[in-house]
Amino acid sequence: MASETRDTARPSAPGGVSFSLSDPTVRAVFYQVLVVGIVIAVGWFLIHNTLDNLSKRSIATGFGFLDREASFGIGESLIDYHPRDSYGRAFLVGVLNTLKVSIIGVVLATVLGTLIGVARLSSNWLIAKLASTYVEIVRNIPPLLQLFFWYALVSESMPPVRQALNPIPGVFLSQRGLFVPVPSADPVWGTMGFALAIGVIAVIFLRRWSKARQERTGQPFPIGTASLGLLIGLPLVAYLVGGAPTALDVPKLQGFNFVGGVVITPEFFAILVGLVVYTAAFIAEVVRSGILAVNWGQTEAARALGIDSGKTLRLVVLPQALRVIVPPLTSQYLNLTKNSSLALAIGYPDLVSIANTTLNQTGQAIEGVTMIMGTYLVISLGISIFMNWYNKRIALVER
Amino acid sequence: MKSGILAAAAAAVVFGAVTGAQAGPTLDAVKGRGFVQCGVNAGLPGFGNPDSSGNWTGLDVDYCRAVAVALFNDPNKVKFTPLSAQQRFPAIQSGEVDLLSRNTTVTLTRDTSVGLNFAPVTYYDGQGFMVNKKLGVKSAKELNGATVCVQAGTTTELNLADYFRTNNMSYNPVVIESNDEVNAAYFAGRCDVLTTDASGLAGTRAGVAPVPDDHIILPEIISKEPLAPAVRHGDDQWFDVVKWTVYATIQAEEMGITSKNVDEFVNSKNPEIQRILGTSPGMGKALGLDEKWAYNVIKTMGNYGEIFERNVGMKTPLKLERGLNALWTNGGLQYAMPIR
Repeated sequence: MASETRDTARPSAPGGVSFSLSDPTVRAVFYQVLVVGIVIAVGWFLIHNTLDNLSKRSIATGFGFLDREASFGIGESLIDYHPRDSYGRAFLVGVLNTLKVSIIGVVLATVLGTLIGVARLSSNWLIAKLASTYVEIVRNIPPLLQLFFWYALVSESMPPVRQALNPIPGVFLSQRGLFVPVPSADPVWGTMGFALAIGVIAVIFLRRWSKARQERTGQPFPIGTASLGLLIGLPLVAYLVGGAPTALDVPKLQGFNFVGGVVITPEFFAILVGLVVYTAAFIAEVVRSGILAVNWGQTEAARALGIDSGKTLRLVVLPQALRVIVPPLTSQYLNLTKNSSLALAIGYPDLVSIANTTLNQTGQAIEGVTMIMGTYLVISLGISIFMNWYNKRIALVER
Repeated sequence: MKSGILAAAAAAVVFGAVTGAQAGPTLDAVKGRGFVQCGVNAGLPGFGNPDSSGNWTGLDVDYCRAVAVALFNDPNKVKFTPLSAQQRFPAIQSGEVDLLSRNTTVTLTRDTSVGLNFAPVTYYDGQGFMVNKKLGVKSAKELNGATVCVQAGTTTELNLADYFRTNNMSYNPVVIESNDEVNAAYFAGRCDVLTTDASGLAGTRAGVAPVPDDHIILPEIISKEPLAPAVRHGDDQWFDVVKWTVYATIQAEEMGITSKNVDEFVNSKNPEIQRILGTSPGMGKALGLDEKWAYNVIKTMGNYGEIFERNVGMKTPLKLERGLNALWTNGGLQYAMPIR
């Protein structure tokens, strides 16, 4: 039928001005305009209807509330926060807390997931079965229940704050979390950071140089040891030159709680461990499928060339496995980030928790939910863009 | 999880048709539907709590039932929706419930930008602190540096911040969404202090604490928490029905009318009593209800004093005194506007 239409359309086309729907070009433009028009109309209707409903119910609208004083407390924060700060800053605290748990979670889940995934392929029967059991149990229990489990584990099994465990001097473990000493503030830490940055830049140039040399002369350079030396050595020199300060900010029991040092709260622990353990089970399967996707012949071929097993894995198997692993891995990173919104249930102040408190105090649910959705969209797109870039980089270059 | 419900309520406002805009549609909608949709607390003994056989009980619950009785003369024509502190406002705003009777504090923001109208106060409360006796704390002024468990999305969360700021003290909040989890965290020892309305503390200590006598409620009451049922803006007739149902129970107590003796009053010569009980008609019609509305409410649910004593009074595990909730004639604050 389509060809029929085209046949009848063709004779009229050279005639110049003709807007018949049977002309494929006209038709394509027409339907595109129609679809865009419908999308705009629906969008306009939704916005109009929302504002209409809100004003008829005399519910406040707009984002002006972000400048108003929040006047609620937040348990943990990466930046200075006080109840007299604005709702906007409180929201920022929430975003940073979400990023904190997501970034650390993604790193740990990748490490744990890779270990479990490789373990499932192990020739050792016990290790392989343990890894399979882990995957099957963990990925089949809803994450919210797992969070409750981890949270209850900390609050029920740890001793009260006044009978805190003290495994290493200065380190205290109790229901209030893990308190560890940190070095007291000193200018040398800044210098060390600077030295580390120089080290990183030096390593990048060193790698380029060593690669070029190997291609030219075939001589390998011990790049691993040299890089490590630069990364550790330079800050160490800065530390020693800066006077090697040893003062520690040690947590002390004062009044109701420990004061000083750094604390890992039970809420952060529960959300982090819960997300890592849950996501690692999925990542393990992704890694396993990626490794299995590489033909065994590749390994055999590498061995036939006399390449040792470590290099076989690093230079032959992994680059090909990564092509299979990276796209589903991206989904798992996104899942972990979005699942962090479950933190609300166990009291970790993530962005959903703080936005919910805000919208509940101000009554502006639409704005609050929009902010939550917008922030997750930005974070998720950020992860996607990075992972897609990485995927392109490692994609097999076909010659 | 919770954002899902909030998002649903937000979506209702985005997609939903306009309801509650003209005067009166809620009453007609409720009458047409045949039952009242009422948002209540999911687990606060004495105020909103299902009992062991699954029946909803509590002071807030009884006011839902009282409105159902005023409309249908049947206390069971209510569909109860348990709501968390955070879900409650979207639920009433979006029309998911007709009436919010969930220990909700009257505040200016809620009355204006949240878009609620508050019926008369059914319980005058104030925020308090509960601590374990072992800490040896005698006053809230000694709580500097304490870790405090508090439910998310409540006025409690704000009062807490205000109180510690005013007294130049610091604290560590542990803010959890569900009331049950807040209590669990406190009793497990995650926090030094549990804070909520004093009535709620009494309910939690009586009903949730493993050993109630291990915990004391500190003497300081740091805020005013007048708890009242609420309806949406923009429907005056429905607001009137809820408002005068509450007043009828208070007025009945003032006149000594109870669920047991109400029939003796039907033929009373007192014109005020005649108006309330519908012996001389007019009041019911003005509200758009049956003339027997107040008679039915008193007969079925009892007067304010009976509702109070049944749910939170001295003979219940909560053991709350009338205090501010005594009638104005007894030195309390409960005062009904004239029904005439």
